[in-house]
Amino acid sequence: MSKIKKENDSILFSILGYVLITSFSIACLIPFIMIISGSFTAEDAIMRYGYSLIPKKFSLEAYGFLVKSPEAIIRAYTVTIIRTITGTILSLFLMSMTAYVLQRKDFPYRNKLSMFFYFTTLFNGGLVPTYILMIKYLRLKDTFVALILPLLFSVFNMIIIRTYMSSLPESISESAKIDGAGDFRIFIGIILPISTPAIATIGLFSALAYWNDWMYAMLYTQNDRLYPLQYYLYKVLSQIEAVKNLTRANINVKYTLPEESYKLAMTVVATGPVVFLYPYLQKYFIKGLTIGAIKG
Amino acid sequence: MQSNINNLKLQKHTTPKLGKNGFIKNIKKNRTLLLMISPAIVYYVIFMYLPMLGICIAFQNFNYVKGVFGSPLVGFENFRFFFITGDARNVTFNTFAYNAVFVSVNTIFEITIAIFLSELSGKYYKKATQTIMFLPYFISWVVVGAFIYNIFNYEFGSLNTFLKSLNMKPVNVYINESVWKYILLLANMWKWVGYGSVIYLSGIMGIDNEMFEAAFIDGANIFQKIRYITLPSLTPQIVVLTLMNIGQIFRGDFEMFYQVTGNNPMVYKATDVIDTYVFRALINSQEFGMSSAVGLYQSVLCFIIIMVTNYIVKKYHSDYALF
Repeated sequence: MSKIKKENDSILFSILGYVLITSFSIACLIPFIMIISGSFTAEDAIMRYGYSLIPKKFSLEAYGFLVKSPEAIIRAYTVTIIRTITGTILSLFLMSMTAYVLQRKDFPYRNKLSMFFYFTTLFNGGLVPTYILMIKYLRLKDTFVALILPLLFSVFNMIIIRTYMSSLPESISESAKIDGAGDFRIFIGIILPISTPAIATIGLFSALAYWNDWMYAMLYTQNDRLYPLQYYLYKVLSQIEAVKNLTRANINVKYTLPEESYKLAMTVVATGPVVFLYPYLQKYFIKGLTIGAIKG
Repeated sequence: MQSNINNLKLQKHTTPKLGKNGFIKNIKKNRTLLLMISPAIVYYVIFMYLPMLGICIAFQNFNYVKGVFGSPLVGFENFRFFFITGDARNVTFNTFAYNAVFVSVNTIFEITIAIFLSELSGKYYKKATQTIMFLPYFISWVVVGAFIYNIFNYEFGSLNTFLKSLNMKPVNVYINESVWKYILLLANMWKWVGYGSVIYLSGIMGIDNEMFEAAFIDGANIFQKIRYITLPSLTPQIVVLTLMNIGQIFRGDFEMFYQVTGNNPMVYKATDVIDTYVFRALINSQEFGMSSAVGLYQSVLCFIIIMVTNYIVKKYHSDYALF
């Protein structure tokens, strides 16, 4: 009797589960499908019928426009790629070196310095003083450095690396010390290589932060040669008129720019690589999340 | 192992309390380590602690040319405008209310989805749906803004296309304040629930399987198992994550509010949070004094709420205290 009841409960539970998870997954996918489908739809079909999940009238016109004047996109891609690579490498080096020092139990200032870093997560000066410092006093407006600096260091990521490093057996660096290796050599030659699991996942989070950032670009650059991809995309989406004038002046075309589908094609081109890379990277992100979650 | 611990204790006894001479000795002894940590210290002094001194701008009639050292002090003048116009009340309420709703709704959904994912069968189904649900985390808010525009834009948005196909009147949400709280809630869920459920799922995976087996033998049904094993085991994690969120309750997610609403002035009253308010005052109207006053107001609010929460938690359940 109770067994049947138990089975009924399980069935009810499974149905609820499949319905919820399937519908939420579909909701997560639909916007992507809409954008892709819209980017392949002819402009007049969008004007007449609106966006739809399957193109009503297939067209490559929008991509044609993108291919005709690709300079801006290629430049934005170049800026983003260089920014992501430099930023991630610098930030990983800085954070792991700091983490190494702070986890050394024989380092006398470790508690005071940990507090020095941690305090900034409790209280900070806010956006405006930082902005004035960057623009007026350091004169970093419209420089590549201004795109790198703000995302260089995250206390939480540093703590994750530190926790990982301090879980390593001490005997590893002990023997190197006996062999006469200095602290920096131990860090570069021993600790850094065996910390790759933690550093790699934190690296992915850093890289994603650099890749997706547009806010700091908006704050610190007005030079379109320095626009990273996401900010360029934002500019295109919000100022399609400007782009229209630009393409008109540049290629002397008679027909007008297919505004709506152009926006969508632009979005696809800007998002595509991340979405394609994503399935390969996902498991590392999940691993990183799990490290962070367990250690708080 | 034992000798290692003893070594440590010995060092702890000998290193501190060395006086002035010892301080120099200490620096000399640790010069490599100090050198290694100095780049991060320099970075923090310049980009975190200098701006903290910069909060004096909040009390100045800041003149960009004269700078921090040359601008005249005006006391609390910069705060006045913010409070008198009622903007303070509005943006503070919005920031608090949005975050409170986001945290509660997201936590419930994240835990529900994590529990279902851990209990359902079908390896490929679970893998595929988990991958799809985690995908929005990777997308920048600019792209999410584009999605929102595609759904809601008046002329050819999917919502209106759909309404028209049912012979209903199209709606213009961009002039309608009241719907934005739902749109923002949905956008926020869409972006974060997959991510959060991964964290809770890893927590569930860490629960000792023997407990579930024992419950099964005792004849517990699936709802009882969740009620009496899964949820209690997850409690520490839920508490810690919620506490961290409470500490951030006066910080609005600038990127989300800016991109999802498209910085639309028609709906500011319903969608403006402290962060977007500061950003606009700084970038659009260059009001350095006022914007840094609001920023300082926010920093102080955050600091107070973190301290108070931590104090209360420490008093009642010191395991969960943040520091």
